[in-house]
Amino acid sequence: MGFLEALNYPIYVAIFICVYSFLAIGLNVQWGYAGLFNAGVAGFFAVGAYTSAILTSPDVPGRLGGFGLPFIAGVAGAMLLSALVALPIGKICLRFRGDYLAIVTIGVAEAIRIFARSEEWITGSSRGIQNLPRPFGDLPYVYSQLAYLALVAAILLVVYLLVERQSASPWGRMMRAIRDNEVAAMAMGKDVPFRRLQAFVFGAALMGLGGALYAHLGRSITPEAIDPMIASFLIWIMVILGGSGNNRGVLAGVTIVWIIWTASEFVTDQLPMEYALQAKYGRIFLIGLMLQLVLRFRPNGIFPEFRPTQKDSRKPDKSDKA
Amino acid sequence: MLDFINFYVVPGIVTGSIYAFAAIGITLVFSIMRHAHLAHGDMATMGAYIALAASTMLGLPVYFALLLAIPLTAALAVGTDKLFYEHLRKKPKILTTMSTLGTALMLRSIVQVVWGVGTTSYAKGITRPNDWFGLKIKTNELITLLALAVVVLGLAAFLNRTRWGKAMRAMSDNRDLALLCGIDNARVITLTWLIVGGLCAISGFFLGINTEIKSMMGWNIILPAFAGAILGGIGRIEGALVGGLMIGLVEELSVLFIPTEYKAVSAFAILLLVLLVRPRGLFNGKII
Repeated sequence: MGFLEALNYPIYVAIFICVYSFLAIGLNVQWGYAGLFNAGVAGFFAVGAYTSAILTSPDVPGRLGGFGLPFIAGVAGAMLLSALVALPIGKICLRFRGDYLAIVTIGVAEAIRIFARSEEWITGSSRGIQNLPRPFGDLPYVYSQLAYLALVAAILLVVYLLVERQSASPWGRMMRAIRDNEVAAMAMGKDVPFRRLQAFVFGAALMGLGGALYAHLGRSITPEAIDPMIASFLIWIMVILGGSGNNRGVLAGVTIVWIIWTASEFVTDQLPMEYALQAKYGRIFLIGLMLQLVLRFRPNGIFPEFRPTQKDSRKPDKSDKA
Repeated sequence: MLDFINFYVVPGIVTGSIYAFAAIGITLVFSIMRHAHLAHGDMATMGAYIALAASTMLGLPVYFALLLAIPLTAALAVGTDKLFYEHLRKKPKILTTMSTLGTALMLRSIVQVVWGVGTTSYAKGITRPNDWFGLKIKTNELITLLALAVVVLGLAAFLNRTRWGKAMRAMSDNRDLALLCGIDNARVITLTWLIVGGLCAISGFFLGINTEIKSMMGWNIILPAFAGAILGGIGRIEGALVGGLMIGLVEELSVLFIPTEYKAVSAFAILLLVLLVRPRGLFNGKII
């Protein structure tokens, strides 16, 4: 028993790593494969979390809900609605270059946050939505956590295999062609805006899935949980640091960044009260700096995307330096 | 009628001029450097806090503190460019946009660590508005409008009459052609960052003096400022002016029709509408 109890914290961290992996893989589909800068990951995460919460939570007077649907229906609904929200955004923005998408997705995330905070009858405003069902929630704490970890990890494995399969398929090659040379891809007869829209919507659905799993983990969702600092910007660092375009790299990125992030919280909690608060804001500096450093020194990430021709094109560079 | 003007139109124009200051900077970065400057809001916050520090620590009157904050923020803008953006010039521009997001987080964090997350203001107490035949306008609001006129006219004269201004416009039209004509791209970029940094300080300062100073103030105006720049047409100073003013007015007037919480969303709605219907904006700007 004591041994299992000691595992409490690692299990907790591992569940979070799995949940954020969905966001990171979703972002990798958008950024790594299609080159789309979605700066509002938190928005799609929130849509997923709230949708699943509304579909599965028990009835509360004055708030939409009480459907009491099973977990699986909530998750499916979350993915569907996130995709539906992404659809019009993508339609409007993907005709232009990436910067417009960045600005608009920041706006979407903000708008969704304001909506979550003010629409009492749908989202329960600041109190949020409570008492969500949780798979294996009836077991004792440690076993319940372990079972949830196994469930989330299993879903993650399925998603990972599917995305890998898709990436190796002609669709994946086409997306990378569009990302690397839009004009050439267009000349080959590819419908660039439509394909980008596909990638954007698909990525958003995965983010919604992550949101739903997050909500069921804590059995509740509140507006504080959809903080863009973590759910958007930290996810970005995970993806770029790990290696955009490479799902295994992205998963490694999630693990590394989340462990650094929780460890830094552990450190700041040890500080005396008056410094602890400032150190908390200092961690945001760390996010920004990490983003800059990765862009500067490791733009392809720790595990760069595998490209068959890369070896040949690298050789002249090395001889140049020498 | 007079109440309508005093309670909605005047605040709308004042808010709009703050957005216009920010939108002009955004439109300059967007058209000359060709990336979105997501750190614009947080750089404005930084400018506002530098002015606050100058006025409290050195005991300067607030408007003199602004004159000190402008060059300091301009230097900060050039510094971030040299540190973080210069090495990304030859790469896809979207990476620079991403890097500006990193800068935004770093600047905000510095403000929060040094000055905390509370709200403060340049002057204690409530200033009473002056009464101009029923029109109630505060002195600070008048100065804001006056400063906007000076900045816009000055910038227009600079861009249209001087050598360096013309170089900036040439680079915004066609970077390679400008380079072929002997325009030093690197120096034009530094000059642009100087101007943009100064504009950040001005917009942050006037936002602070007309509302309150807090660490999220700049990030909160980034969407309306971008909406203003795109509504006016990217690369158009006069467009950013008109666009910013219109966004400010719409935001203030929107509370007549939609709940107050959604005031911030109305700018975003206009942004989407412009991108959908007329992405070149009112003054036929560029699509980057």
